[in-house]
Amino acid sequence: MEKNKTTIAAVPGKQEIFITREFEAPRELVFKAYTDPELLLQWLGGQCDLTMRIEKFEAKAGGSYRYIHTDPAGNEYGFHGVCHESTAPERIIQTFEFEGLPEAGHVALETTKFEALPNNRTRVVTQSVFQSVADRDGMLQSGMEQGVQDSHARLEELLVTVTA
Amino acid sequence: MTSTRRDVFQAIADPTRRQIINLIMQQPLNLNAIADNFEVSRPAISQHIKILIECGLIDVKKNGRERYCEVRLEPLNEVAQWIEPYRRSLEERFNKMDDLLARMQKENKSNDKK
Repeated sequence: MEKNKTTIAAVPGKQEIFITREFEAPRELVFKAYTDPELLLQWLGGQCDLTMRIEKFEAKAGGSYRYIHTDPAGNEYGFHGVCHESTAPERIIQTFEFEGLPEAGHVALETTKFEALPNNRTRVVTQSVFQSVADRDGMLQSGMEQGVQDSHARLEELLVTVTA
Repeated sequence: MTSTRRDVFQAIADPTRRQIINLIMQQPLNLNAIADNFEVSRPAISQHIKILIECGLIDVKKNGRERYCEVRLEPLNEVAQWIEPYRRSLEERFNKMDDLLARMQKENKSNDKK
């Protein structure tokens, strides 16, 4: 079966992005995958040789969360925020901050909505609102650095294979 | 005068300019033909086209006395590429979530049978 595609809408000059993705599972299940720390570890972590650990994850109004990705060199990338609302299976509203930025206090507000579709499918739309256009663009470009690193890593793998 | 951005991001920041690009993607048009598609004034459209030319998204080709606007799509790749690594990293996560959800549904089914 064809994989569902992730779309990112980021209008130039605005402070927000929208991330949209559909899943072949009922809404209750998708909501659970977003809010159960055990399940979260299985999809949010383990990218690009990173290991993920969750320090805390309280998916309820007034609760907070913090998780850390660690690279093979031992560098840690922490993320934390506060849960404003978690209404199963419809909606999660939370703050989000990447601790690795040069200065603290650059926080985004994330609203994730889970929409039930026919045939037990679900559409998830996340709106992230940043404090400035620069913050938003910085976030989007952090992916670019990672992407560049990935392709470097792939190139190195390729070179190893070729020379071996 | 403040320095104005003249890049592809500036070009597509404006909804009218995005519509102009979409319009001439189908076929090259002259200024009058483009302006006929919009409610706003001809000088306003002319100004948008000027910006699109400066941003490298439109080429003007002369055909006899007519000047046709043609879209140049290469700069738009810059926009797609800018977001693509971020999108890919999200996609990797969501693909994992697909697998997780498939496993969960399979387990639910086998539990129901018991």
